[in-house]
Amino acid sequence: MTLSYYLVLAAILFTIGAVGVLVRRNAIVVFMCIELMLNAVNLTLITFARSTGTVDGQIIALFVMVVAAAEVVVGLAIIMSIYRTRRSASIDDANLLKY
Amino acid sequence: MSDFPFLIAMIAVPAVGAAVVAALPRGRDLLAKQVALGVSLVVLLLAVLTTLAFDVDGERFQLTTAVSWIPDFGSEFALGVDGIALVMLLLIGVLVPLVVAASWHEADAGSRPARVFFAWLLLLEAMMVGVFAATDVLLFYVFFEAMLVPMYFLIGSFGGPRRQYAAVKFFVYSLVGGLVMLASVIGLYVVSTSQLGEGTFAFDALRQLDIDPDVQKLLFLGFFIAFAIKAPLVPFHTWLPDSGAEAPIGGSVLLVGVLDKVGTFGFLRYCLPLFPDASRSFAPFVLVLAVVGILYAALLAMGQSDMKRLVSYTSISHFGFIALGIFAFTTEAATGAVLYMVNHGLATGLLFLVVGMLISRGGSRQIRDYGGVAAKAPLLAGAFLVAGLASLALPGTNSFVSEFLVLIGAFPERPVFTVLATIGIILAALYVLLMYQRTMHGPARGVLLQEDPAEPLPADPLPSGGGATATAARTAPHRTLRVLDLSRRELAVVAPLVVLIIALGVYPQPLIDLIEPAVVATLGDLGAPGGTDR
Amino acid sequence: MPAEGLLAASWLLIALPLAGAAVLLLGGRRTDRWGHLLGTATVVAAFVLAVACTVQLAGLDERAADVELFTFIATGELDVTAGLLYDPLSAVFVLLITGVGSLIHVYSIGYMAHDPARRRFFAYLNLFVAAMLLLVLGNSFVALYVGWEGVGLASYLLIAFWYTRPAAATAAKKAFIMNRVGDVGLALAIFVMFAQLGTTSYAGVFGSVGTLAGGTITAIGLLLLLGACGKSGQFPLQAWLPDAMEGPTPVSALIHAATMVTAGVYLIARSAPIYDLTPTARAVVLAVGALTLLIGAIAGCAYDDIKKVLAYSTVSQIGYMFLAVGLGPAGYVAGLAHLLAHGFFKAGLFLGAGSVMHAMDDQVDMRRFGALWKKLPITFATFGLGYLALIGFPFLSGYFTKDAIIEVALDRDDVWGWVLGGVMVLGAGLTAFYMTRLMLMTFFGRARWDEGVHPHESPSIMTAPMIVLAFGSVFAGALLVSVLPLSGWLEPVFGEPEEAAHVVAPALVGLVVTLVALAGAALAWLFVGRREVPVTAPVRVSPVTRAARHALYADAVNESLFMRPGQWLTRALVWVDNRGVDGAVNGLAAGLGGSSSRLGRVQTGFVRTYALGMLGGVVVVAGALLAVTAG
Repeated sequence: MTLSYYLVLAAILFTIGAVGVLVRRNAIVVFMCIELMLNAVNLTLITFARSTGTVDGQIIALFVMVVAAAEVVVGLAIIMSIYRTRRSASIDDANLLKY
Repeated sequence: MSDFPFLIAMIAVPAVGAAVVAALPRGRDLLAKQVALGVSLVVLLLAVLTTLAFDVDGERFQLTTAVSWIPDFGSEFALGVDGIALVMLLLIGVLVPLVVAASWHEADAGSRPARVFFAWLLLLEAMMVGVFAATDVLLFYVFFEAMLVPMYFLIGSFGGPRRQYAAVKFFVYSLVGGLVMLASVIGLYVVSTSQLGEGTFAFDALRQLDIDPDVQKLLFLGFFIAFAIKAPLVPFHTWLPDSGAEAPIGGSVLLVGVLDKVGTFGFLRYCLPLFPDASRSFAPFVLVLAVVGILYAALLAMGQSDMKRLVSYTSISHFGFIALGIFAFTTEAATGAVLYMVNHGLATGLLFLVVGMLISRGGSRQIRDYGGVAAKAPLLAGAFLVAGLASLALPGTNSFVSEFLVLIGAFPERPVFTVLATIGIILAALYVLLMYQRTMHGPARGVLLQEDPAEPLPADPLPSGGGATATAARTAPHRTLRVLDLSRRELAVVAPLVVLIIALGVYPQPLIDLIEPAVVATLGDLGAPGGTDR
Repeated sequence: MPAEGLLAASWLLIALPLAGAAVLLLGGRRTDRWGHLLGTATVVAAFVLAVACTVQLAGLDERAADVELFTFIATGELDVTAGLLYDPLSAVFVLLITGVGSLIHVYSIGYMAHDPARRRFFAYLNLFVAAMLLLVLGNSFVALYVGWEGVGLASYLLIAFWYTRPAAATAAKKAFIMNRVGDVGLALAIFVMFAQLGTTSYAGVFGSVGTLAGGTITAIGLLLLLGACGKSGQFPLQAWLPDAMEGPTPVSALIHAATMVTAGVYLIARSAPIYDLTPTARAVVLAVGALTLLIGAIAGCAYDDIKKVLAYSTVSQIGYMFLAVGLGPAGYVAGLAHLLAHGFFKAGLFLGAGSVMHAMDDQVDMRRFGALWKKLPITFATFGLGYLALIGFPFLSGYFTKDAIIEVALDRDDVWGWVLGGVMVLGAGLTAFYMTRLMLMTFFGRARWDEGVHPHESPSIMTAPMIVLAFGSVFAGALLVSVLPLSGWLEPVFGEPEEAAHVVAPALVGLVVTLVALAGAALAWLFVGRREVPVTAPVRVSPVTRAARHALYADAVNESLFMRPGQWLTRALVWVDNRGVDGAVNGLAAGLGGSSSRLGRVQTGFVRTYALGMLGGVVVVAGALLAVTAG
């Protein structure tokens, strides 16, 4: 029964992250919400790994962390440079890539 | 001598020539022109030698060469000619040098350097030879599509004011047809795989297949639509007037004279032998398209004010005659249709060239901007008249023989269609003579009238691009018509065509002897009464 | 049988003038100085050769010579050999063409002396002679067709000779187009022959035409007739011939009076074996001939343009010939005799008209002539003899040949025979009326010349051919009917002439025709001889005159039935093609482009919109997965 607690927590965290991505404008906050979603997924992976007694989920969680770290580097750099040119961290102001 | 790979040489020589011309340094345009002329003359020589090496009574496909190409698909770089392809190669050989000579100065006026023009022209020649000489269906398809590229650039870089529109329309239209054909080519491959155990694209193997009639119909339509666009038959024709009008004159000549013949050549080479049942069941529909095209395009030609559009529409009308000849399924009509392809290339080629020479003098394509030119330029008018008379198939010109053969051959099988098509010869007289009368006869008028007779003309007038200034000049008593007659260069372009038109009009039998065996063999594949299998 | 001797070289008849035309056209200005002499020499040489050939032909037992030249077109079942057939019928035409042709070439040397393009004129004339000889000498319908369109081309070039005049250019085009309408008929007839008989040569067709069904033969006959009508200016294709007078007058004389326009008669006479089998087609020939005879004669009465009057007279006279050849075996010879006589006197009349125009600064309006007989005595004399021959003055050409046709018609001894005879007698009266009117207005009365016109007689190089033709006008008829009977000469072609059982005595026919002609002439004198001729044509005239002045509204009918609807159709089709067909193509392209750019609007650039889209997608996929696993 302990399994469902972890999964519910992960689902709540994921939902918070997803809603945050959809409703917040500040790029940093959106970024944090994405991290939140990733970690919710990590939590799910580790939960299942623990319950089945295999290490596959833990390995994938490690991969996710590595990718997330790399993504933070690139993403923050992009947000910084956009902020420098437009004096704004709102993602709605960076809408040049359209039709 | 027949061991010499003539066909590969006829592709390689212009292709290499194109590369050489393109690689010439900037500013060496004259050298580029000379090289292009030399290369095209070599190809003409090769075409003549090929004809001499060809044995009329021999195998159906001769001078064959096959090089392994894409073995995984069972496709070879296989070349070979029958009489039909051979006369088309001769036509290419004759027309390209003349086009090079005719474009000598015109190419300078394009948006790109002249050497680029001649490089594309030679590449186009290589592709055209390939498309007629291929005996592998996939290879044919590749040449069929590759041919578009040089033509696209010739129109798009060197054409008239609306060249971009025309080039894109030409390209997209042909590409759509080509893709439909590709589907059928793949379908053929699939059928050959299931019947022969091993897939092949070789024409000779494919025509032995026994394809289910329903499958035949689908595959036939794929080829037919591609060829009907290329030829073009009504209602797939609207790209031709735009391309014919906007292309540089040399491009128009090759476009209408040779390129479009791939369509009618395809009917005869691929549609009939590969899909005999489908050909027979679709023949009435094709004949309707052909006859409608003859009359409809002729009426449209009369309504044109732009000379190049007019000539393009006359060609659509003529293609109707060719399609009529092919789908009548008699030896006389089909031989006439093949002869028509050659003759139309010469006659309409000359008509386009002469119209181009007139346009280069006045800078306008509109009929109303000219009048009374014959008085000052009798040679130009004479060449115009010969071309026009050949276009209306007057006896004594080559077109008469082919038109007569098509009609007399089609009549026993399809009397109603033939009678309707015969009415087309009245319309042909109308559109030719209307244009001739308005530009050459009557009092002097139009853009060639000049205020001050003392003012000297430029040595060789160049097109000023469009008729914007054209309508300004109107008849006024103190103006005189100032127009140069044909120069020596132009005369050298026109004279061979005039000679050929009349010679083939009086003594066409050598060409007929060349064509007939291939036509009989093709109709034999079809199982038509006019042919025997061999 | 194959030709031997000179006859084997009869291809030279065509080659000579053709070479002349080629030299003159290709030689350019270099040949300006002697071009007219070369052009004349080739035709004269052809005439000499033709005489020699005919003499040789007369000496043969079987009077026909085949000359096989080369294989023209041979494929499948079709085998067309380029070959000539020199038989009595073609010999008659060859002599007429080269003989009258030579005279007119000589005349043209003088007539065109001051024209800068005289060389071109002779080149075209030579081209015409070559094509016309091919027409009559060819041994197959295809060869005839080649010559047929060839003379059409030459006629086009010559009518449009003064092409800077819009009227000339338009008339030339009209002539060519209307001829082409007829050519379609001829072409279709050839197609039917090939489809049914597998051959197009005279020998092959005439040898097996009897095996065909009656309907097919009638169809061939009617299609040939359509071709003949186009070339000969017969109803309903008669409207081009008067307009063709825009060409130089020698052209009108040679092409549009003596030779080319009689090609239709030649065609029907040559196709006698076909027409002999189809009374229906023959009846139509009769109807066409009778109708055209009257149309031409009525229109001729109203025109003031001297050449147009002669042109309508030609239309009318060819109507006589059609009528004659439509009458059957007995009529062929009569028709051809009239054709030959007409060739002489009408060519002479046209040359005379040319001489008058030459004198009057190219004026053609007869209302501005008058009293010319003193100034132009030779022209007057030769013209007058031609006039008398045409109206059938006793013992001149027309008297013999025209009366012969009327006799043949009456010999039918049925109602139609009397109707046709009556039509021809009426036509003779009308002919006398309009020709007398022409004579009176041109040569008699008060001088109504334009200011500054000083009439003078033409140079002898022009009058000499006129004199020769005047002799022909006087004697040809008698010669052809009694001294050197044409019926005997043509016997190998048309068979033995049967002794006619005359219903009405020839003398009586002659008397009646002469009296009617005299009445016509008297009527003309009442109208124009007795009182002053106004210089401008009266405007208030009877409806009959008005209709005649418009040639019974032939042009109006053509315009309203064909030209206007054609132009309308053309304009409509151009619209349909640009808006409809091309519009559909461009519409398809524009539709694709438009919808893709509209679809592109979905890319707003707002990251959160994309995120919502992804969420929606995930929900849908997850929902679908759940539905599949649960369901």
